Amino acid sequence: MILEARDVRKLYGDFCALDGVSLAVGAGEFVSIIGPNGAGKSTLINVLTGVLRPTAGTVRFKGRDVAGIGPVALTRLGLARSFQLVQIFPDLTVMETLQAPVVSRLGRGARFFRSLAGDREVQAGALEVAELFGLADKRHVPARQLPQGDKKLLDVASAFALRPEIILLDEPTSGVSTAEKSAIMEILVAASRRMGLKAIIQVEHDMDIVFGYSDRIVALHQGKVLADAAPAAIRADARVVDMVIGRSHHLPSPPKGERAG
Amino acid sequence: MRGRVILGLALVGLLALPLVLSPYRLLLMLPFMAYGVILLGLNLLFAYAGLVSFGHALFVGIGAYTGAFLTTHAGVRSLEAIVLVAAVLGAVAAALVGLLCVRYVKIYFGMLTLAFGMVFYTFLLKFYRLTGGDEGMPVLRPLLLGLNLDAMPKTDYLVGPYYYYCLGVLIVAAAVMWRIVHSPFGLCLRTIRDNPAKAEALGVSVTRYRWYAFVISAVFAAVGGALLGPPTGNVDPTLAYWTHSGSLVFMALLGGFASFFGPVLGAFVFIFLQDAVMSVVPYWRLVFGAILAGIVIFAPAGLMGLFGGRRAPVEVSRT
Repeated sequence: MILEARDVRKLYGDFCALDGVSLAVGAGEFVSIIGPNGAGKSTLINVLTGVLRPTAGTVRFKGRDVAGIGPVALTRLGLARSFQLVQIFPDLTVMETLQAPVVSRLGRGARFFRSLAGDREVQAGALEVAELFGLADKRHVPARQLPQGDKKLLDVASAFALRPEIILLDEPTSGVSTAEKSAIMEILVAASRRMGLKAIIQVEHDMDIVFGYSDRIVALHQGKVLADAAPAAIRADARVVDMVIGRSHHLPSPPKGERAG
Repeated sequence: MRGRVILGLALVGLLALPLVLSPYRLLLMLPFMAYGVILLGLNLLFAYAGLVSFGHALFVGIGAYTGAFLTTHAGVRSLEAIVLVAAVLGAVAAALVGLLCVRYVKIYFGMLTLAFGMVFYTFLLKFYRLTGGDEGMPVLRPLLLGLNLDAMPKTDYLVGPYYYYCLGVLIVAAAVMWRIVHSPFGLCLRTIRDNPAKAEALGVSVTRYRWYAFVISAVFAAVGGALLGPPTGNVDPTLAYWTHSGSLVFMALLGGFASFFGPVLGAFVFIFLQDAVMSVVPYWRLVFGAILAGIVIFAPAGLMGLFGGRRAPVEVSRT
């Protein structure tokens, strides 16, 4: 297992946001976390990315205890994330946005007197990711001027530029049009193959995306894991369909062979 | 390209100025160049790290008093040594003060820097045995590049060798700061300014880089402060007073903090405008207050914005 959370509890005062959640993600997996609002998805993501320290339980990444160590230390170990609400640097261009994670991955942030433009490794690393995400043509455009779909892509692309082993995507397609959703997913799945990512974890509401891409689905409900199984089993789980997905939701038919990692 | 031409012309102008300008105006150029160095540093915090310091006079004061102490008490009169010691002391003070300040942003950062500035001001004012209290301390004429120029009349010394010395320091300071803002570090600072949470998620250590920026900007302030003393031959606690910090922020706004040389231009206009207004009316602060209000409302990008300078590295109204 690369990332493993065990019996994680997180209390906010009296409110129990996570109540004994265990989750393990291994190499080659695409895991989706689903659940209604308030189920604890965001808390879980924040615990897994070291932003929040769990009240009890352990979080291990590559065998190391990473509970609450903070996002900076975790990126250094090889775990990256993107955000639910699009997070960009409004005044930085696409290229600059992608250079920043390359600089931090190479540990060159404290080079005070070196020329950034003259650092070929940083430039090449950023350009490579820009090309993978189809943003190379817009590399000199300030992020705030990008259309919403491209902002989302840039947010995700900058996390990929860290070359992590695992990436956590918090609703990678939220806030973009339905037409753009699958395009974004195709790009990021292709990019993760090209860049040799070991696993992807996503939180997602869109069931077409969840069932279309996941190897495994973890359903959260009121801070507990309701189910943790392959998409086919989740689809057949009446409790999950009732409490998380909703009866009225039209479940997509099984895609081509459930898409192996 | 246009920027380079303007920069080249400005440089030639500055070099040739002693040949054409009256000694009175040349004497005004000296504080301008010292403030230019200070403002280059302040703007690393202001424009690139997104932090507004209202206590930067603290470091200016440290630099200025370093010159006074070394020349009067320690018998050290080499300006290179003074500048070097000022830079080191500024860095040490900022390293300590910054440990606390950079954990905060916006008004909390501003108020903390203000508080530390007031502590230092009070220290200068009350420890009169050491600092001369409100009368301050004399600064003896420093040696330039080891040359003792005591035989020269004071004005000749100031508008000649000392002028070029300050110009040299300003040019070196601008070149160094140019490298810094175009370095990987400069990029990391801008990510922090724009979106600290995202910067952290990309592995940029927010408080550490803010601290680096704070220390670097204090070094520039202390070096500039060290150059402020010799022209008047005296330093006093008002150099470290909070209104002085306010003037520094004013200069940055006046010139336009969003461009690299904007704050330096702001220092230039501030010094000469202050002189012009003071010669007409005694209450120059009233006039400057009105100007400041006008800038914030009508020209938030400062003079550089009015001249249609290069694209701002930051969207001004948002900051």
